[in-house]
Amino acid sequence: MKDFPYTESKDTRSGFGAGLHELGKTNPNVVALCADLTGSLKMDAFKKDFPERFFQVGIAEANMMGVAAGMTIGGKIPFTGTFANFSTGRVYDQIRQSIAYSDKNVKICASHAGLTLGEDGATHQILEDLGMMKMLPGMTVINPCDYNQTKAATIAIADHEGPVYLRFGRPVVPNFTPADQNFVIGEAVMLNEGTDVSIFATGHLVWKAVLAGKLLAEKGINAEIINIHTIKPLDAQAILASARKTRCVVTAEEHQMNGGLGDSIAQLLAREEPLPLEMVAVNDSFGESATPDQLMEKYKLNEAAIVAAVEAVMKRRK
Amino acid sequence: MPQTAEIATADLKEIAAQVRRDIVRMVHAVNSGHPGGSLGCTDLLVALYFKVMKHNPEQFSMDGIGEDLFFLSNGHISATLYSVLARSGYFPVSELATFRKLNSRLQGHPTTHEGLPGIRVASGSLGQGLSVACGAAQAKKMNGDDRRVFVLMGDGELQEGQNWEALLYAAHHKIDNLIAIIDHNGQQIDGPTAQIGGLGDLRAKFEAFDWHVLQADGNNYDTLLPALEEAQAASGQGKPVMFIMDTRMGFGVDFMMEGHKWHGVAPNDVQLATALQQLAVGTEADY
Repeated sequence: MKDFPYTESKDTRSGFGAGLHELGKTNPNVVALCADLTGSLKMDAFKKDFPERFFQVGIAEANMMGVAAGMTIGGKIPFTGTFANFSTGRVYDQIRQSIAYSDKNVKICASHAGLTLGEDGATHQILEDLGMMKMLPGMTVINPCDYNQTKAATIAIADHEGPVYLRFGRPVVPNFTPADQNFVIGEAVMLNEGTDVSIFATGHLVWKAVLAGKLLAEKGINAEIINIHTIKPLDAQAILASARKTRCVVTAEEHQMNGGLGDSIAQLLAREEPLPLEMVAVNDSFGESATPDQLMEKYKLNEAAIVAAVEAVMKRRK
Repeated sequence: MPQTAEIATADLKEIAAQVRRDIVRMVHAVNSGHPGGSLGCTDLLVALYFKVMKHNPEQFSMDGIGEDLFFLSNGHISATLYSVLARSGYFPVSELATFRKLNSRLQGHPTTHEGLPGIRVASGSLGQGLSVACGAAQAKKMNGDDRRVFVLMGDGELQEGQNWEALLYAAHHKIDNLIAIIDHNGQQIDGPTAQIGGLGDLRAKFEAFDWHVLQADGNNYDTLLPALEEAQAASGQGKPVMFIMDTRMGFGVDFMMEGHKWHGVAPNDVQLATALQQLAVGTEADY
């Protein structure tokens, strides 16, 4: 098992803020809109240095999506910022009609996704957003794993023509991917080559998969770990190549089982290469208030849950 | 860039009659669509596309830099927009015959998705157009483009909450290159707006939201054209402009002007013949 040393833990939302600020300097067409969560989304630096390109929309997310769609007419590249819950479910029809169906170049940037939002509880802990967004034709869906990757993804999506959903989170997590990485939309990242099982993880669960890989190595299991930062378009080639090698698959994500990464990979395998699959995800449940770590343990979204899933799926391997 | 500002009112009336004939024929051909609101808004769209707006039908560009932009929020009156776009040169008039049919660019509600020139955003799900128009107007300001953005909304559509978010937003951000127009016909699918979800004193509401408000009859060029002049004169003064346009649903076809019945019903063969007879102003060929 490869080692993934890191020197700092940082929040992925700060990676977004840093990436957005960078874009402010390099791309004059980038504009930012925020629905009264500038501090939470780490958009302060952009707001301070590019005030003429920052738009405070207030607590009016539906309007924000429409305004963003309108700003693309005239060549702007709007980045909207609010919590993942208010970036998707609250404004699904606005995104569907004014952005996705209208082919608008809007970047929907969504923080505080999933259980790791923590104490605010289930009203704010959306676990359905990846599913909603990936169902929209033409929508690109990205869920990076750490600060560096979120920053790189933020910068990369400005050059992608078309609507994008970029999902990130609130807590600090190990920042272990290279600062100078080249983020390629739709290209899975191999973290550890292995032969016994394929672990496909996204977002905060990527680091948990790395921790699980170490525990598995101690048990003599050589896990292949792949970071699926782009849920759509899915890197079918990389997923199938790995699955065909290891003959069993575990998926891991901070999302509902229905509609998430595991669901996409299950569809792919069922069509192309039926193989045993276990999903580490929330099983048809809302979240609740607690610390992020307590919730990730209770809802079985940690390294222990991944190890258990690997052991279960390997028993089913033929 | 064709901007036929000198066009005579008599010519506008002829074009409007032509557009109304297109509308009733289009909805009749597929036995579906929304003739009532379409007929009521015809005079406005003809005035905008043939007299008021600076635009470029021959070379449609999505960004519309240097052009006035029009957004249709109440997308169900698509037949009017399609007819006016075709007759002002965005696409062949013959294409009107494909309205609402398989593989058409003229979808039931307008969309960019099929690449129809003249359409800049999809609409149909109500309440979204004003927000889009706000964004487009702000993009114009950022681009140093001094042209304006027009958006038409239904009055029943004001029951959608997003409009009120956008009304606040436009005033707060002083989007004064935006002219919003309400098709104030007092009707919606289920009945008179006053009975479904009363709008009350719209002028007072919009003024309280810090918009510049004007009101006029939208089915009479003697009142409509001065109102559009006034709306343009009022823009650029720090406030968004709201034109409450009083119209009659079904205007131009007498039996379609009674109540809300013709909101979403197509005429049969006999009704089509009667309507065309009433609309037989002018000499231009039908599509």
